[in-house]
Amino acid sequence: MSTEAQRAERRAAPKPARVPSGDRPGYSPAEGLQVPKAEFDWKPIALLGAVLLAAWPLIGSSSTWVTLSVAGLAMGLIIFIIASGLTLIFGLMDVLNFGHGVFIALGAFVATSVMGGMADWSASESLWRNLVAVFAAMLVAMAAAGALGLAFERVIVRPVYGLHLKQILITMGGMIVGEELIKVIWGPQQIALPLPTALRGSFVIGDASIEKYRVLAVAIGLGVFALLLFALNRTKVGLLIRAGVQDREMVESLGYRIRRLFVGVFVAGSALAGLGGVMWGLYQQSVTPQIGAQVNVLIFIVIIIGGLGSTFGCFVGALLVGLMANYTGYLAPKVALFSNIGLMVAILLWRPQGLYPVTNR
Amino acid sequence: MSAAVLQLQGVHTHIGAYHILHGVDLEVPAGQVTMLLGRNGAGKSTTLRTIMGLWAASKGSVHFKGRPIGGPGGQLGTPDIAQLGIAYVPEAMGIFTDLTVQENMVLAARQARRAAELDTTRLEWIFGLFPALKKFWLYPAGKLSGGQKQMLAVARAIVEPRELLLIDEPSKGLAPSIINNLIDAFRQLKAQSTTILLVEQNFQMAKALGDRVAVMDNGRVVHAGAMAQLAEDESLQHRLLGLSLGAHQ
Repeated sequence: MSTEAQRAERRAAPKPARVPSGDRPGYSPAEGLQVPKAEFDWKPIALLGAVLLAAWPLIGSSSTWVTLSVAGLAMGLIIFIIASGLTLIFGLMDVLNFGHGVFIALGAFVATSVMGGMADWSASESLWRNLVAVFAAMLVAMAAAGALGLAFERVIVRPVYGLHLKQILITMGGMIVGEELIKVIWGPQQIALPLPTALRGSFVIGDASIEKYRVLAVAIGLGVFALLLFALNRTKVGLLIRAGVQDREMVESLGYRIRRLFVGVFVAGSALAGLGGVMWGLYQQSVTPQIGAQVNVLIFIVIIIGGLGSTFGCFVGALLVGLMANYTGYLAPKVALFSNIGLMVAILLWRPQGLYPVTNR
Repeated sequence: MSAAVLQLQGVHTHIGAYHILHGVDLEVPAGQVTMLLGRNGAGKSTTLRTIMGLWAASKGSVHFKGRPIGGPGGQLGTPDIAQLGIAYVPEAMGIFTDLTVQENMVLAARQARRAAELDTTRLEWIFGLFPALKKFWLYPAGKLSGGQKQMLAVARAIVEPRELLLIDEPSKGLAPSIINNLIDAFRQLKAQSTTILLVEQNFQMAKALGDRVAVMDNGRVVHAGAMAQLAEDESLQHRLLGLSLGAHQ
């Protein structure tokens, strides 16, 4: 009882939302007032920690646990990069884009061409030359996926605004068409996407081996997350996106063209999916035209777990999915196929709106 | 009488299969407060939404300063209507609850890219009208009380000078002292020659504030005239507003 009371008291204690100091025009809440607290919901983060900790005794070996955890975080962050655009696309315009996978596949295949063309760079022993090849592949893939996103929005999504069933059907159809076009260009077979020389192999820390590429994937994933958070919280366009996810009618009533904003988000989301495709392809070291459809299921699970429209929820959800996939894959390979669905069911039983529900939705 | 800033002529609005407005004729004279009264479901909110372009007028026309902004053939999109200088405070207030008070205000100010670019003089004036906003400046707007949210909704509409304010039932659920703050704010706005079209159920507030009045029933304007005339004529009040008057006094 007393802890409950203490918790309630803590909840009631004042704590303002974070605002960059440069942005304050000199107004701060008066001292000692009973003001509502800008509380941050730690429970989903705690759940993430709990999953990490619970896996440790189950796996038994610390070194295996470290390896699996890093693999899970890397996979989770790649999924986050792919899914972050999708959750905003849904949040902003209620568009269910089941064709998001086509941007992933396009990104991955473009990467095979770019890295194939830069073979002497990626085969080089120098880490810098390798990284140049990887980043070049990422940039070209993002540009290609973004351009396809622009066309996809105009031709396929725009005629079906507000019609969910038609959106599901036509975006899925768009993905199938895209997949077939990829087969026309790159062929139907699996293409190898080998890691550049210096990114192969593992760091060995104590007994634990950590694949070098996974460290890079974690770094890029965290970088994208930080960039997204900055853009969403510190720029006016970001404010508009966050406001639009809550109430797009009001954003329009304030005089902003939300359609244009949405096209921008759609293109950016597609480009991020392209980036994620490159990273996923390098993670698997091979690419098939079905890669998009495979990842599609995962990213929908992630955005539903996270709370539709919530970027932070998407982040936590993606990490949970990545960790669960790796832990169960090791502990009980037969259960692994079911683990993500099981995770989604469990989380929706706990929070039917997802981990971080977007208000007004 | 001064020239009409806003003119609705024979406006019909359909929402899905429902025919809500049946030919609304309304003139809002410049620099005055026009009250839009009527019982629940008379079409007051739909009228404001139609002006704002949130519902398209299926027949008739809406003109703002002589320029067509609504109606078949001349329907502008909501963002374009807003950019002409019309601010709208919806009945549900439309507060972005996940954003702070400050961020809500920055969004409402189209000229400002961040808080530091808000017009401080105007902000001080708004804080004078609604001190609570200063107090909760950095807090998520969702944590504000109903009255404070209403103040924020009005503050957003006036963070930059606008020519016409459309305000839907600002007094709903508010304590009398806060209603007095609002009346005070609207009077100061009027003194700065802002035109206001106010939907209201609270007849005391309407009486205190209104220059003109239009009474709606069944999707039409059934009476338009000076507020003072309606305030004096109890039989007219009874005929036009009937029970709703007693219920809301």
